[in-house]
Amino acid sequence: MVSALINVPKKAKRGEIIEIKTLMSHIMETGYRHTATGAIVPRDIITGFTCRYNGAEIFRADLFPAIAANPFITFFTVATESGKFDFEWIGDNGFSETASASIIVE
Amino acid sequence: MNFVRTIIIAALLTAADIVVSSLPATEIPPEQRRSGYSFMGPDTKAMQDDDTANPGMLWALDGENLWKSKTGATGKACADCHDDARASMKGVATRYPAFDKALGRPVNLEQRINLCRTRNQQATPLAYESRELLALTAFVAEQSRGLPISAGTDPQLEPFIARGRELFMQRQGQLNLACTNCHDDNWNKHLAGSAITQGHPTGYPIYRLEWQSLGSLQRRLRGCITGIRAQAFDFGAPELVELELYLMSRANGMRIETPAVRP
Repeated sequence: MVSALINVPKKAKRGEIIEIKTLMSHIMETGYRHTATGAIVPRDIITGFTCRYNGAEIFRADLFPAIAANPFITFFTVATESGKFDFEWIGDNGFSETASASIIVE
Repeated sequence: MNFVRTIIIAALLTAADIVVSSLPATEIPPEQRRSGYSFMGPDTKAMQDDDTANPGMLWALDGENLWKSKTGATGKACADCHDDARASMKGVATRYPAFDKALGRPVNLEQRINLCRTRNQQATPLAYESRELLALTAFVAEQSRGLPISAGTDPQLEPFIARGRELFMQRQGQLNLACTNCHDDNWNKHLAGSAITQGHPTGYPIYRLEWQSLGSLQRRLRGCITGIRAQAFDFGAPELVELELYLMSRANGMRIETPAVRP
């Protein structure tokens, strides 16, 4: 199953501000909904997201039940050196997904 | 005397009112047709336009994997017969629902995929609205992105289009509304905060923000039918396929946007 869509520019100039876009496949079940018989649908959400740029953490987010399914997280950073972005999502029921993207900085 | 005259005028006015309301609904002239996309805000448009922001792409990419995976008693994948979908499935979605000779009636794209599974792969059909069926449908339909809809041109489909049109024009449910009352006659207005669109199925299966998921045209139609407080047809019902067929033929020439994003 395809779980993540990542959009990082392939190339950037040194010092340039770049936008990073991530989309993760997840139902984000709030834990506040009930079935027709009254039973609570257990919470199943992503609780945390981190992005590392060549090993150093540059962005972190905590996620909560009010966030819609398939969370789309975008942020900006400064392109300092060529290398790799590592993304990690963790959540309820042992959810853990990773993805990576590389960039060439000239 | 004045009293009698008032009664006569009132009666005439009532008669005129009945004549006006029983007039056939005005169909939208081809040059005024607009995709649901044009009714959306800039944020939702941006979401559809960027393939890495469009959650529908998660399903389309899943569909690409399913296309290549072997299944059923024959152990064949879609790709074993159809090769690269980018070539073989290009334009296919523009022609659906299409006439199936063996069944003697039109089938929609989901049903066609399931027929291929049961007839050729000897696999079990996928459930309506299951992730797998939506994914395969989205992947096949995505290959027609940007191509003009050309459904219902097969002469064998004429009686089915006519029945679909009849259902579109038929008032039903506790609110006593026909599809046409909103989608032909009032499409430039709002229902509560939401724009009433013209109801052209250009981007199905769509990622609907309200659903937080991908969904089929039949899901959308069932939602609308429930909204006018009528009894919705079951998934796969011939009536829904006929309505789909009428809607697609009504949108002929408009471009496929699958997977579209809608509020």
